[in-house]
Amino acid sequence: MSTATIRPSACPACDAAPAAEALATRAALPDAKILVSVPAVHCAGCISTIERDLAQMEGINSARLNLTLKRLSVDAKAGIEARDVIARLDRLGYEAHELDAGTLSMTETERQGRELLMMVGVSGFAMMNIMLLSVAVWSGAEGATRDLFHLISGLIAVPTVAFAGRPFFRNAWKALRAGRMDMDGPISIAILLTLFISTYETLQSGEHAYFEAVVMLIFFLLVGRYLEFRARSVARSAAQELAALEVPRATRLVGGVESVVSVADLVVGDIVLVRPGGRVPVDGVVTQGQSELDRALLTGETLPVFAGSGTQVSAGEVNLTGPLQVRVTAAGKDSSLHRMADLVANAESAKMRYTTIAEKAAAAYAPTIPILSLGAFFVWFWISGGDLRLSLNIAVAALIITCPCALGLAVPAVVTASSGKLFRKGLLIKDGTALERLAEVDTVVFDKTGTLTMGTPEPTNLDEHSVDDLRVAMGLAEASSHPLAQALAKALRGQDVRPARIAGLAEVPGYGVEGEWQGQRVRLGRADWVGAEAGAMTAAYLAIGDQAQGFTFADQLRPGAEAVVRGLQAQGKDVWLISGDVPAVVGDLAQRLGIAHWQASALPADKAAKIDALHAQGHRVLMVGDGLNDTAALSTAHVSISPASALDAARAASDMVLLSSDLSPVADAVRLSKTAMQRIRENLWQSGIYNIIFVPIALFGFATPLWAAAVMSISSISVTLNALRLK
Amino acid sequence: MEVLAILIPVSLFLGFMGLAAFIWSLRKGQYDDPAGDSQRILDPRYDDKPKPVEDDQRG
Repeated sequence: MSTATIRPSACPACDAAPAAEALATRAALPDAKILVSVPAVHCAGCISTIERDLAQMEGINSARLNLTLKRLSVDAKAGIEARDVIARLDRLGYEAHELDAGTLSMTETERQGRELLMMVGVSGFAMMNIMLLSVAVWSGAEGATRDLFHLISGLIAVPTVAFAGRPFFRNAWKALRAGRMDMDGPISIAILLTLFISTYETLQSGEHAYFEAVVMLIFFLLVGRYLEFRARSVARSAAQELAALEVPRATRLVGGVESVVSVADLVVGDIVLVRPGGRVPVDGVVTQGQSELDRALLTGETLPVFAGSGTQVSAGEVNLTGPLQVRVTAAGKDSSLHRMADLVANAESAKMRYTTIAEKAAAAYAPTIPILSLGAFFVWFWISGGDLRLSLNIAVAALIITCPCALGLAVPAVVTASSGKLFRKGLLIKDGTALERLAEVDTVVFDKTGTLTMGTPEPTNLDEHSVDDLRVAMGLAEASSHPLAQALAKALRGQDVRPARIAGLAEVPGYGVEGEWQGQRVRLGRADWVGAEAGAMTAAYLAIGDQAQGFTFADQLRPGAEAVVRGLQAQGKDVWLISGDVPAVVGDLAQRLGIAHWQASALPADKAAKIDALHAQGHRVLMVGDGLNDTAALSTAHVSISPASALDAARAASDMVLLSSDLSPVADAVRLSKTAMQRIRENLWQSGIYNIIFVPIALFGFATPLWAAAVMSISSISVTLNALRLK
Repeated sequence: MEVLAILIPVSLFLGFMGLAAFIWSLRKGQYDDPAGDSQRILDPRYDDKPKPVEDDQRG
């Protein structure tokens, strides 16, 4: 993404500004715009720490932190990559995630947002100016003065409606062509009819003109639209934004020569090289090399599995210790990764479209507006003996008063207030209806690896070993890149153990590390390799001579895991733990966290089936998971949350993303969603009650423009204040 | 009532001034980061002189 294409479109005014030239010359350099999400920033200190530090970093032109979006945009010289910036932020103590630089669509939403805000601004200013004139009319201006004021009001109102009313007209037209009736239909009719009648009255020196009511209606409705838009665009950018940098590339071997190709270009029968630490890009069979594979993301197993010649491997697994050559058996669309995606797509399409409370209210409300006003028109036409002008005036008054000003604000105001609260806690709402669905949840299903636990092992029985053993273990562990070895070395370093000096260290891929210590052969690795009995727990085994002993590991709990389980249980939710890992490990964790229901060795389809079964029993399920094996379950569940560390497939399938590494906001979110729904219901009732009171007044013909303006502003302000009451 | 002939144009002019100021500030991206802007006043970095112009003003 070159900077040249973004800048001018995002800032039209800059084109005319003198700075544009400077921008243009700078854009000629192959600079890169890097976007990074920094969820932990919250204050002025964070801004200056980060911006100051990055300003001193080599190759950075400028860095600016947006606190609202918790997003850092860095203008860097070529060669600087997001990785470098993230590493730098990490040293400062800020966790950061790379954002997708698909900035084009982001500027598109930005442009839409500005356009809406512009309409809000224009209608707001028009409203204030018309109101100045209207107050004069209401306080008793008569005759020519009143007509003049009405005329000026009309001259302001007509262009304003033409400019700021477009979103309503456009939607109403779209709905009309599709043969539907939504809220924008009656709104458009009300706006146009009222404008027309008011203009006619003004030209006839009539007493009442509703110009301020029309513009006020547009203003309040646009505010609601803008809030809604903001919530949605945050959600949309969250989806794009968190797309991790997973380059779909593979190293192909042709006659011993390596070449990097796109995964899409691989065909069945190709030989692919997978280096230690790399992700297996395709499904295939190992032809050469020995290693261990981490399948956690696919199956939820924490224990790495051995891979040697002839082992079947699936796309998405991570190669741990030795280089592997893999013959491709299925690539692209046929690979297991894609089959998983199909499972998700099926679940998505099977899911019924959720009807929000706002849609229900609108569906009930939309037809009543035209019916009421049409009824008023005919009744008054009959009573007055054919007075067209009087009946039209009353019909218009009924129309403008029933128009759901507060209804347009009732839901977006609450959603904005609550998603803002959740965002500050580190939870990003991706789907507009997620909050509402979350409020209905009575069962919560957690995945284990990577969700309740960090997915990083920690040794549990260090105190059972003698100091010498620990020193030897450390000496061996430091020579390996295997996750268990690294975890062991890290824990021992934390206990100030000094590593033993071991001669002839060698890593045997797929088995472990060996060497010589005080004339004895020492080995750290798999049970069968060192000559030990394999236990049920995740473990690495140390052999000194013929003496073998095990180091057991447990997955480290994610911070807040205990609190979230307790919090949810206190709210009366059923908590489940469903994992693809072995029963011993899952049961142990369930006991530690006090989770009564658990299921182990669950395949991806099992998880989704379990959730379906819970739904069939009438439960509403919140699924919290991170792995590829969870994606089907995430999209099957009523509502779903995944941590930011999850794979993008999982994040894409879920409705909310947890930005912080702490899990406790999940319990808060469930509680907050309940309160939010309460507020939404109150708001809908409130705006309904205003209408019930004032519709009769309008129908009896007592309504004046002053009434219309007062009702509209009071109801809109009261629903907004009610939304802000949210704690 | 002749005073209206002056007052009305004046009030309309002021209204348009406000609108123009709003449009200008919107185009300048002043509503892009409300949370950050409220915190940036506490930042002493540009107390002596304003931030150089060529620096990107948008977040």
